[in-house]
Amino acid sequence: MHWSLIVYCGVITFLTRFSMIFLLKKDIFNNKTKKILSYVPAAIFPAIIFPPIFLDNSGSLDLENNPKIWAAVIAIFVGYFSKNIIATIFAGLISYWFLIFVI
Amino acid sequence: MNNKLKTLAKGIFDVSPLMIPVFPFGIIYGVIGMELGIGPYMTLGLSIIIFGGASQIVLLQLFSGGASSLVIFSSVGAVNSRHLLYGAVLSEHLSTLKLTWKIILSYVMVDQAFAVSNTYFKNNRKNENKHFHLLGAGFTCWTIWQISTILGIVLGSVVPEELGLSFTISLTFLALLINDFRKFKNIIVMSVSGIVATIGFNSIPFKAYIIVAALSALAVAALLTLMNSKEK
Repeated sequence: MHWSLIVYCGVITFLTRFSMIFLLKKDIFNNKTKKILSYVPAAIFPAIIFPPIFLDNSGSLDLENNPKIWAAVIAIFVGYFSKNIIATIFAGLISYWFLIFVI
Repeated sequence: MNNKLKTLAKGIFDVSPLMIPVFPFGIIYGVIGMELGIGPYMTLGLSIIIFGGASQIVLLQLFSGGASSLVIFSSVGAVNSRHLLYGAVLSEHLSTLKLTWKIILSYVMVDQAFAVSNTYFKNNRKNENKHFHLLGAGFTCWTIWQISTILGIVLGSVVPEELGLSFTISLTFLALLINDFRKFKNIIVMSVSGIVATIGFNSIPFKAYIIVAALSALAVAALLTLMNSKEK
């Protein structure tokens, strides 16, 4: 790998963060647009969350005896009731370890 | 304590809980970088120059799979394209700042900093130094990311792969969404995103599954919003 590729990747990453802040001015969005944009985290994060949980190393769907699914369900359950970010993560990680090492 | 420092400290404080899972993520990244043989300087260089965990991991995966520079570059752009939407959301609060500020804040506008600062901005519209919140949150992320990367480089292969620490990546993003699980519409949007990404993971070229999934889910969100406003 060349350093030039890393720099290009750094530049494109910076531009994804900078361009909208640089181009858009205040009050360009109406309330409906803002409402839709408030869904951005809900629209993006699951795309990062789902594939590593539901797909195995070869990229095919893995639904049977998949400890990650159960651990994620427990994490959601704990998160829903505790509203605590750390508790959610540790509940997921500990139940995952329990499922792969103990059971 | 003056308002700037107070806001900066609030940013550091708000983002700190989110740093607990970022730390092992950074270590994993450092270990993977060393295992793939790109060496300590490039492994750390990626963390400093790109500063985007998910895209750095994707870059390493593609590089080890022999992908071309163009595919790697496009994929990093696709994975990070979510920042365009972050920028659009935050621009409302940052548009009056000087260019230097915009450049600095853009560099540190990562997922966790966006999540906490966006909430802060909404609740503290009148604070004229509110951008210090993002500065504090962003540079906390930056510092933790660099330290954990270095630790991962040092640890190398000492961390056993069996621990499955990469699962904490999913858990981190999941924990950021806990408030969304209370709203039915958000659950629909999240399901669309997750299902499209899972199906498209292999079929959508250039690892563009994240942006395709996000745009599909946003289209559904727009539909739900417009439907709701008609009812009123």
